[in-house]
Amino acid sequence: MIRFDTVTKSYPRNSRPALNGVSMEILKGEFVFLVGASGSGKSSFLRLVLKEEKPTKGQIHVLGQQLNTLTSRKVPYFRRNLGVVFQDFRLLPQKTVFDNVAFSLQVIGKSKGFIQEAVPDVLKMVGLAGKSNRFPHELSGGEQQRVAIARAIVNKPAILLADEPTGNLDPATSAGIMTLLERINLGGTTVIMATHDVGIVDQMKRRVIELTDGRIVRDERRGGYQTQAVPIQNFGLAGTQGAAPIEGTAL
Amino acid sequence: MRLGLVLGEAANGLRRNITMVISVVLVTFISLTFVGAAVLLQFQIGQMKGYWYDRAQVAVYMCTSTDDTGTCAQAEATDEQKNAVEAQLESDTLAPFIERYEFEDHDLAYENFKESFEGSPLVDLATPEFLPESFRVKLVDPNQATVLIESLSGLPGVQSVVDQRDYLDGILDILNAASYAAIGLASLMLIAAVLLIATTIRLSAFSRRREIGIMRLVGASNRFIQTPFILEGVFASLIGSLLAGVAVVALVQFFVRGYLLDSIGNSVPLVGLGDALLVVPIIIVLGGVLAAASAGFAISRYLKV
Repeated sequence: MIRFDTVTKSYPRNSRPALNGVSMEILKGEFVFLVGASGSGKSSFLRLVLKEEKPTKGQIHVLGQQLNTLTSRKVPYFRRNLGVVFQDFRLLPQKTVFDNVAFSLQVIGKSKGFIQEAVPDVLKMVGLAGKSNRFPHELSGGEQQRVAIARAIVNKPAILLADEPTGNLDPATSAGIMTLLERINLGGTTVIMATHDVGIVDQMKRRVIELTDGRIVRDERRGGYQTQAVPIQNFGLAGTQGAAPIEGTAL
Repeated sequence: MRLGLVLGEAANGLRRNITMVISVVLVTFISLTFVGAAVLLQFQIGQMKGYWYDRAQVAVYMCTSTDDTGTCAQAEATDEQKNAVEAQLESDTLAPFIERYEFEDHDLAYENFKESFEGSPLVDLATPEFLPESFRVKLVDPNQATVLIESLSGLPGVQSVVDQRDYLDGILDILNAASYAAIGLASLMLIAAVLLIATTIRLSAFSRRREIGIMRLVGASNRFIQTPFILEGVFASLIGSLLAGVAVVALVQFFVRGYLLDSIGNSVPLVGLGDALLVVPIIIVLGGVLAAASAGFAISRYLKV
């Protein structure tokens, strides 16, 4: 579903690459936590999957597409298969909840009839059935994030990318959001979530990929935020030039 | 693509950016009016060339008793001298170049003079003797006037040989210079218009960057995202183009066909409404294409992957 082949991403004017020879594979229906300190490459990873950035080196395959050869004309159609949620929600303040979700369908040319059916359905699923005429500023943070999730999944994407979706929320609200993401995952959607939230990762016991300085230092099934198992590589070598590329755990 | 949504977005952008839109309208209006004026001047030059080159002749002026230029020595050209010139015109060397020629004697010259300077005090001063006799030669090809000038200039009794097109060339040069000046001004204004459109669209895109970000995220096609902005630029510039078209038609109708026609009469062919109506579509297409190109360029920055 998503495969990285020794992917390196360097930004101009920064000698240290954001991702350094990353190889890994994520399968259909997985729920993956992406953890690591700020600047360890989590956001770059998500941007690469979205093809907002091009890798400096290496190959990325997403949903059977080789992203390096995807023309910019085809990128929008590729993105219709992905949903994205951010820490800061990114709702349109002058549109109601319904219109925010409907907007993402309108701009990809869905019919009015389809929108009238799909939007109430998805709002019900995220638990906002009665609030479709509210404006974002009238909602709590958790509710705003639910709107953002509704917008991300209304077109039934195969993959949902979440960049610290609980970063702005209190623990109780976060738990509600995680329940929702879990439900979405059970419906068959692959979920990749970058997070700093120790409690959530430890409690969910899902696959954890840990990044440090642009390298995968851990890839563990049913893992926690801090590893309980023996590390798969020698930390003394992390970031050392010429260190052998770390292979992702074969699945 | 949903047409209503795209048009709605474009209308929204125009409303939000009204001051910039007005300045785009004004700048395109003025620059395209200059373009239209330059094109009309070129039409005018073409018409005058066509009209006068058809009628222009080479005039071989004979000496009068008051003249001492050329080969004259204040002596009226004799009949032999006139016959010699006529023989030259009939000769095998010159005849092939000549379509026809006429002789204009003192009286005929005086009649023509009175006619063209009617109402001027010059008419009272002139007498038939002052006005030179001349052969009016119509050439097969007006461009070959030099052949005639070279072979006849030195003949006794010939005061001068004049290609009448030379008079016209002076006027045409002035008109040409004016039209180049108009084109120059128009190009400067058009550059300003293009930059202004690009800035307007960039502002408009900036004020809608949240929407653009989300549209890109959920996979709206590039064309869907950029069309409202391009329409916005094209619409503003089309209003300016239409105003310029109206201005060009009004210029021809009220200035050329009104004021100029009254003051110089029918002696010079002038551009008419038909020419103006030919210029209008040129202006409108130019305005639309330039606006679409600059708006498309401005918005493409927001669409890079």
